[in-house]
Amino acid sequence: MLNYALRRLMMLPIVLFALSLMIFALQMSLSPTQRLAAYAPSPDYLKGGQESIRRMIEQYGLNDPFYIQYGRWIGGILTGNLGWSETARQPVSTALMSLFPATLELVVLAFVPCLLLAVFLGSRAGIYLNRWPDHVIRIFTILGWSFPVYVFGLLMLLIFYSALDWFPPGRLSQWAQTVVSSSDFVRYTGANTVDALLNGNLAIFGDALRHLAAPVITLTYVNVASMTRVMRTSMLETLRQDYVRTARAKGLPRRVVELRHARRNALLPLATIAGMELAVMMGGVVITETIFDYAGLGQFAAKTAANLDFPAVLGFGLYFAVVLVVMNLVVDLIYPLLDPRVKTQ
Amino acid sequence: MKFLRYLARNPVSLFGVVILLAFVLIAVFAPVLAPPQSFQLSPYDTPRAGFLATPQPPSSEAVFGTTQGQYDIYYGVVWGTRTAFKIGLGVVAISVLIGTVIGAVAAYYRGVVEEVLMRIVDVFMAVPFLIAAMVLTALLGKGIVPITIALTTFGWMSYARIVRSEILRIREMDYIHAARSYGASDLRLIVLHILPNAMFPVLVLATMATGSMVLSASALSFLGVGTEEGYADWGQFIAYSRNWIVGQPGNPFQFWYTLAFPGAAVFLFVLSWNLVGDALRDMLDPRHAH
Repeated sequence: MLNYALRRLMMLPIVLFALSLMIFALQMSLSPTQRLAAYAPSPDYLKGGQESIRRMIEQYGLNDPFYIQYGRWIGGILTGNLGWSETARQPVSTALMSLFPATLELVVLAFVPCLLLAVFLGSRAGIYLNRWPDHVIRIFTILGWSFPVYVFGLLMLLIFYSALDWFPPGRLSQWAQTVVSSSDFVRYTGANTVDALLNGNLAIFGDALRHLAAPVITLTYVNVASMTRVMRTSMLETLRQDYVRTARAKGLPRRVVELRHARRNALLPLATIAGMELAVMMGGVVITETIFDYAGLGQFAAKTAANLDFPAVLGFGLYFAVVLVVMNLVVDLIYPLLDPRVKTQ
Repeated sequence: MKFLRYLARNPVSLFGVVILLAFVLIAVFAPVLAPPQSFQLSPYDTPRAGFLATPQPPSSEAVFGTTQGQYDIYYGVVWGTRTAFKIGLGVVAISVLIGTVIGAVAAYYRGVVEEVLMRIVDVFMAVPFLIAAMVLTALLGKGIVPITIALTTFGWMSYARIVRSEILRIREMDYIHAARSYGASDLRLIVLHILPNAMFPVLVLATMATGSMVLSASALSFLGVGTEEGYADWGQFIAYSRNWIVGQPGNPFQFWYTLAFPGAAVFLFVLSWNLVGDALRDMLDPRHAH
């Protein structure tokens, strides 16, 4: 098991190396002047006019052969210098660090209801196969699965913001933002809900939740579909097993067999795809954050990609690759805890 | 015949097939349903009724209303159907081709070749899909060709995986051993005997992916790197609705039509592909049969 985990971890540098090559290749298709931004530690460096830009292209060797440039670029990244983001007007690493808590907060809040709903709906659908709960759940999931995130998000905005005025866009209201930025409010984590609780400020906590509600509903609905389908299929397979029939035959109540015996084992495949799903959500909140003007990594990534802000795009790419590999590893390590049979292999 | 019998028993799948056929008809008869005007350079340039900034509600001239900048929503939705088919089918066809070749080569040569190809697949899988596609589209410029290239570049991997694992599974089957003992060459085995049987899961995946690729393409337009201004593309029209969807104080649903028609088009299109894909899987995979 440990062996396997180590092999997985060793994949990480290979993936990151290939990823950096890919992004570097894309970046090389830009002119040296455009690429200069990647090396400039601050925007002041770019203000010197044509002559100084030419000098800097010389200085940073932006006309050198690509392998020399690549070596220099990767050297910078290895020493922790991810470059300057034009979009954020700050170093990429600073931008990523400051936005990460916001996205993590959003994703965790959406993932938990997603998982619970998937377990509940998926097992119900499996138990009531081809009866009306199954049909209703199937329609619910196939609708959610086909709903474009942006259309669903805009609908949420229309209903809950402009019609009802319950859940406004953004991360905090104006007044709450003022409180949070003041020196009395300690930023322990950067996640608004957590910080509000740690500071004992329930008004801020409520305001943060109000802003999180609509994106959380959107993310939950569009992501719950695939997980419910996996849970349903797995529940169906499990209910057909001999040990379930034995349990029924020895006279255990139906509910006990279904929920305690079958559902537990049916959770295993869900664990695998839940880990993947979480990883994808960490990188895939691009549209949701953009619609609700929620300042997190996703919105940042979308802006930087549209602006061809390569240092920031690469930073986001590295972040996503790490999340993906780590999530896979976590799932692999948790699996034997869920299913002791895996250990013996 | 089997398909028709299945549809008769599954009204939901039948519904999916009917919507899909309706979209095919809309795409085919687009010039009749929304005739382009003589001065248009391309039928995909949505005609404008003036340059007023505010969207206008449905009227006798514009049955679905107009967007900001007075693009005709009805026209955009009708011709957007062709755009959706072009992008969806184009991306999926090229991705299946690339994926099949890579998967087949990996499964055929095994060893180092397989290891290298599958690691390349892993790397592409580790790329955030939408962001990568956004960057590539932004580099290549606007239009459906750059979108197709970008979505294909980052969308072929799952076909390679499926084709490889199917070939590895099928090549150990008795009929393959039989064919080999008759003296069939490796290439003949792969192309004539193995691939046709490996194609069913690919077909299911491709059907479902057609809908989701159209979703991604419209997402690109929605995020501002997709098609040119005014191009008949659903994502573009939904992007126009974004600034207006919250309406005005006291009248939140004032601009409902800017989202409702293009939004419904994307939704129904993707839904129909998903339903058809679901039906195909049910039919082709005996484990899912009731």
